[in-house]
Amino acid sequence: MSVTVRNEVKEAPTGGRRLLLGLSGGPTDPGLQTHLDRWGESRLRGVRLIDELDGAGLVGHGGAWFPVATKWRSVASASRRRPVVVANGAESEPASRKDALLLSHAPHLVLDGLVLAADALGAHQAIVYVPAANIPVVEAAIGERRARRLDPIAIEIAEAPDAFLAGQESAVVNALSGRRDAVPSFVALTPIRERGVVGRPTLVQNVETLAHVALIARFGATWFRQVGTPENPGTMLLTVNAHGGPEIVEAVLGSSLRLATGISTEELAHASGILLGGYGGGWVSPNVFGDLVVSEKAARRAGATLGAGVVALLPRDVCPLAEMADVVRYMQGQGAGQCGPCDHGLAELADTLERVAYGGSGGPGTDRILEICNLVDGRGACRHPDGVARFVRSGLGVFADEAASHQRRGHCSQTRAVRMLPAAKIVRRRLVSRA
Amino acid sequence: MSRWTLELVIDPIACDGRGVCAEMLPERIELDRWGFPIVDGAEIVPAIVDHAVRAVRSCPRQAIHLVERRC
Repeated sequence: MSVTVRNEVKEAPTGGRRLLLGLSGGPTDPGLQTHLDRWGESRLRGVRLIDELDGAGLVGHGGAWFPVATKWRSVASASRRRPVVVANGAESEPASRKDALLLSHAPHLVLDGLVLAADALGAHQAIVYVPAANIPVVEAAIGERRARRLDPIAIEIAEAPDAFLAGQESAVVNALSGRRDAVPSFVALTPIRERGVVGRPTLVQNVETLAHVALIARFGATWFRQVGTPENPGTMLLTVNAHGGPEIVEAVLGSSLRLATGISTEELAHASGILLGGYGGGWVSPNVFGDLVVSEKAARRAGATLGAGVVALLPRDVCPLAEMADVVRYMQGQGAGQCGPCDHGLAELADTLERVAYGGSGGPGTDRILEICNLVDGRGACRHPDGVARFVRSGLGVFADEAASHQRRGHCSQTRAVRMLPAAKIVRRRLVSRA
Repeated sequence: MSRWTLELVIDPIACDGRGVCAEMLPERIELDRWGFPIVDGAEIVPAIVDHAVRAVRSCPRQAIHLVERRC
């Protein structure tokens, strides 16, 4: 456990740049020495750390926004068997890149958080679950820590498959238990916290959340609350798809979402809608977006969710119906095919939206589409169908004029053939290569 | 004082849409257009507990559960 570190207690960062401190656009050094020089060592652990996480009001940043301290306590009290802790970096949402950036910039913050969780919960196994592309950087970081005997527990790595549902909590558990593919199971009657990886109580926590834990263990809850508002403390990473390629920003919770994402009023004026939370998220109009603050509650009130922090701006010259149809087709293809209503419903939803987007005038009306949304919502083992229903419902609200125009004239005024969202590109490629 | 109520929960992975449950408990379960059960979320009151238990027992996939919930 002992490492020689000069200046054991480091100064806490004062602004809203925390997880991304030291990232300047140039090459970043994910090495252990840089990490220790920048952050020093953790002060708090065990039950005191859990209390501190509670005081900080830290919530999960994988999309579910569940209070971290509550989750840790429920794993700790689930059974007498020693739990498994998992750092979930699957980031299977195609429009999200923040976890990959965090892992390449600050892998040791994530690993610190995982080891702190393992220690606080008395875990017997700690696993980092990431896509193949992120394995080298995590492997190198684990190697450095092992060489310096930093951790009392051996950290393992497991590869997350490239599939939308691979990061879903029960899918992670199934993948790590080795009995099934990375597909969800029905956990309403036996929660993961009680029976997870190989039947042990299990904590599955997003990698960004664990990085926040690592900082709270150093600087405490009061520091964590220095930015943000009492209801929305701290910062969160956002993946902004607005100015070309995806950009990652660290946003202060409770601040203006538009300013945090660096979207200008002019860019907003050229947008027809903004997608929040990714393909299981929801659309908001440019006007609504302009007034939003970085808060899950605010996003929910607007019919969307911040989810895992995706913000994607749809330019006015792109057909939103085609975009929606492609995303829903992608989501249908990414379903696990386990639950009847989701399996049948998403296929019907994708067919119907494609008829509206590409099938000429007189196609199905929005009432028909909303009826299918109602039939799939809440009827799967996981929230995959619920997310698609929210995506479509909110889209039909924001793009009501375009939908009506498709119904009447077979198209809308937005005719650019380019697809904007990454999943849509994937689907288009498949459609083209199939033809 | 907390109270316990009985609720029907369907395991959508186990369910393959045979529809037996809807025959056993039509007052609470209907089938969607693909043949999968939609459960009315209302409490299973004492008067229909016997019917609910019959619906649970008759499912060939054991996909329907009667669970107690604190409310």
